Amino acid sequence: MAQYEAVIGLEIHVELKTNTKIFCTSATEFGVDPNAHVCPGCMGMPGVLPVLNKQVVEYAIRAGLALNCTIADFTRFDRKHYYYPDLPCNYQISQNYFPIAKNGYVEIETEKGKKKIGITKAHMEEDAGKLVHQGNIATTPYSLVDYNRAGMPLIEIVSEPDIRTPEEARAYAEKLRSIIQYTGVSDCRMEEGSLRCDVNVSVRPVGTTELGTKTEIKNLNSFKAIQKATEYEIERQIDILEEGGSIVQETRTWDDNKGITISMRTKEEAHDYRYFPDPDLVPLVIDREWVESIKATLPELPDRRKSRYISEYGLPEYDAIILTQTKETADYFEDCLKVFPNPKTVSNWIMGDLTRLLNANNMEISECKIKPQQLAEMLKMMDRGTISGKIAKTVFEEMFTSGKDPGTIVKEKGLVQISDEGAIAAIVEEVIAKNPKSVEDFRNGKDKAIGFLVGQVMKASKGKANPALVNKLLREKL
Amino acid sequence: MQLYQMTARELHRRIVNKEVSAVEIANAVYQRIETVDEKIKAYITLLKERALERAGAVDAKIAAGEEIVPLSGIPIAVKDNVCMSGVRTTCASKMLYNFVPPHNATAVEKLEANVAVLLGKTNLDEFAMGSSAENSAFFVTKNPWAADRAAGDGSAAAVAAGEAICALGSDTGGAIRRSAAFCGLVGMKPTYGAVSRYGLVAHASSLDQIGPITRDVTDCALMLNAICGHDSRDSTSVNLSVSDYTEYLINDVRGLKIGVPKEYLGENIEPEVREAIEAATEKYSSLGALVEETSLPHTKYALPAYYLIAAAEASSNLARYDGTRYGYRAENPEDVLDMFIRSRSEGFGEEVQRRIVLGTYVLSEGNYDTHYLEALKVRTLIKQDFDRAFEKYDVLISPTAPSPAFKIGEKAGDPVQMYQSDICTLPVNLGGIPALSIPAGFVNGLPVGMQLMAKPFNEGMLLRTAYSFEQNTPHHCKYPEL
Repeated sequence: MAQYEAVIGLEIHVELKTNTKIFCTSATEFGVDPNAHVCPGCMGMPGVLPVLNKQVVEYAIRAGLALNCTIADFTRFDRKHYYYPDLPCNYQISQNYFPIAKNGYVEIETEKGKKKIGITKAHMEEDAGKLVHQGNIATTPYSLVDYNRAGMPLIEIVSEPDIRTPEEARAYAEKLRSIIQYTGVSDCRMEEGSLRCDVNVSVRPVGTTELGTKTEIKNLNSFKAIQKATEYEIERQIDILEEGGSIVQETRTWDDNKGITISMRTKEEAHDYRYFPDPDLVPLVIDREWVESIKATLPELPDRRKSRYISEYGLPEYDAIILTQTKETADYFEDCLKVFPNPKTVSNWIMGDLTRLLNANNMEISECKIKPQQLAEMLKMMDRGTISGKIAKTVFEEMFTSGKDPGTIVKEKGLVQISDEGAIAAIVEEVIAKNPKSVEDFRNGKDKAIGFLVGQVMKASKGKANPALVNKLLREKL
Repeated sequence: MQLYQMTARELHRRIVNKEVSAVEIANAVYQRIETVDEKIKAYITLLKERALERAGAVDAKIAAGEEIVPLSGIPIAVKDNVCMSGVRTTCASKMLYNFVPPHNATAVEKLEANVAVLLGKTNLDEFAMGSSAENSAFFVTKNPWAADRAAGDGSAAAVAAGEAICALGSDTGGAIRRSAAFCGLVGMKPTYGAVSRYGLVAHASSLDQIGPITRDVTDCALMLNAICGHDSRDSTSVNLSVSDYTEYLINDVRGLKIGVPKEYLGENIEPEVREAIEAATEKYSSLGALVEETSLPHTKYALPAYYLIAAAEASSNLARYDGTRYGYRAENPEDVLDMFIRSRSEGFGEEVQRRIVLGTYVLSEGNYDTHYLEALKVRTLIKQDFDRAFEKYDVLISPTAPSPAFKIGEKAGDPVQMYQSDICTLPVNLGGIPALSIPAGFVNGLPVGMQLMAKPFNEGMLLRTAYSFEQNTPHHCKYPEL
């Protein structure tokens, strides 16, 4: 069997976080009633003209700069034609000939080290509405159209076919989301459709340079799906070639339940989009000073921040990568450090307990009730010995549900650690008296027996005794 | 002279002097419509109640001693491809037979701000595609000068027949000017961007422009004053400080340099038309203008380039009519695709479908470079022809149409021959320059139009040149007998 390699390219649609749509003043708010945010403009009413939202251009430039792109001096909108009931004008205003940003890259981590994935272009366009079917699309007696999403501003980021494995595809998509989130131009919420991904896949025998026939997998809505669908598609294509078949150029869709890709339409059915410059919108000459001023406001992006965490805080690379993946997490981490300047301890809590609870509750760090200052306060209490590590876990869970200050919780529940030798000694005496068997075992050299005794002391103190002191006192007494 | 035959300027004077009320004028015009529109067929929709209300508001102002602006109380017709909120806007198409837009065109909004009395919506070729109003899905509009001849469109017919004092028209390849020429009126296509296209149902966006059709040059200036100006809802609208166009109504062309491009007086121009234009240019010479022959060498490529560009844009602009959200929907479609196909096949007329097919072809892969881009290059050459000419001349003169109004049905079966009627006007749309048509004489009782062209945003020069001609010729004083 020949060895194959895959050639993969991604097209990622990112919805920009503007207040109004790209070509009209309708609101962009998510989750409102169907057709609540529409106007004659985004409904494609006769005679209404598009007027470009300046904020969209600014955000597109911002994203382009963060992706190391060259920002065009001259940019223009083109119409892309296709018929669909959710597309009000039956053309989409997009960019084809003169996109706003070109020739960028994103750096990802692979097993073999760092790798640059080229970005061909990033262009601005409007979104379409959506169809709501009654039950199944194939059997629905009618479908309803919701145009709230029609005219939402998007940028489409097209990668070079530099990606070779499904893991790289996923890493690229995750990295790209991270960068875009840092710039603040989009929430990049895949579950709300504000980040959507199409993957182009082809395979070829290792050592050849000619590109194989590609297929496109549309609308992948999770990073896991990107990886799984790409894995499946590569294997499917290799199987076909191995059996002497050939790949059909087509658009496919990913069935997440079955874990397979399914053909949507073949090349013969492919659209001829008939792009041409939109005569209703004037071309834009981009002012260099404007671009420079946008550049000046770009935040520290994930890669820079990661390097700084390693050099400045002495964190392991793994921690630095995890902490800087989203801007919110990195900001949270740094806010904690302002109160409790022990990076590794803070990192451990964020990557450990906090992440575990967030995942279990399907929450983002921005939704977390524990404010960074509160976590830092709790860590200070631990550091001072006011609470034990074990108590801290309890306090932390309580903070997560109630959002109360750690001090309040400790006071309310009487969780202060007992570090008074006299008080602990009394309990120790009591435990020794009650457990002669274990005492004897210990004295006979069974070192393990002390663990049981420590446990008994802790139990008797309701977990509040300082474990180090308990250990020390027990050994002294015995 | 009847009220419905007067100019806006004259009616304004009488309203202000309380010689006549705006309601009386409106009633006189509606009376006239009732009498003659059966024969002319200018209107698709009439708005009598609404119009009389507006007229009453003007009279109330006068009674209260308030000042009114020149178009207050003036009955104006609106071509039915210009949106009026709450009023059906059909574009003379089955596709939009029941379409009531929720928005006003900016030009309509501006006229209403002037308290003009908007009478109703006038007939046109379906989606403004055609040269004679014969492609209307509803009926053919007749020329008030000869009922067997084409009027061009309902707006011009209405003004000529006394069914309106002024009108709003639209001009993609010459409709305002050609219709004005056919009906013996003044019609102006302003510079592209001078009047907002917001609310004008698009035919070909880079060529379309709204403009006035009036009885004389003075009314044309008054209409321009009302409708020109920047509009934030139209990105192609230009931000210029609009001056008062009546300041250009000067009866003096001494020293003016006038070029007569020979390509516009070639063999496809009927001899009588050529003679009328030659007589007009002699008139200008006698008034002290410097007239000489010139050349716009790329004129012959204008027609094919125009039809490629206009069709390409039309195919795109008309894609939205699919039966989904408004307008005509085919009955009992099998599925979505069937709904699209049948709604469009049943809703659009033949000429519209012809242009959609042509435009789709022109923009399709493989044809874009060889057809559409080539047409754009021709467009640039035509613009450059104009630029060069206007370095030397203040105004260019040509016939507006190759012939006076042709007979209804005469060209209906031959689209290319129909397209030929626009050979003098469409280079102006390609060049984005302003142009005006003014009556230059009569041939066999039919008006002949003369086209004046100027460089972009030089509408004032057109008004001055046209006004001087008008003041020294009798053509605008004639009325068709109905």
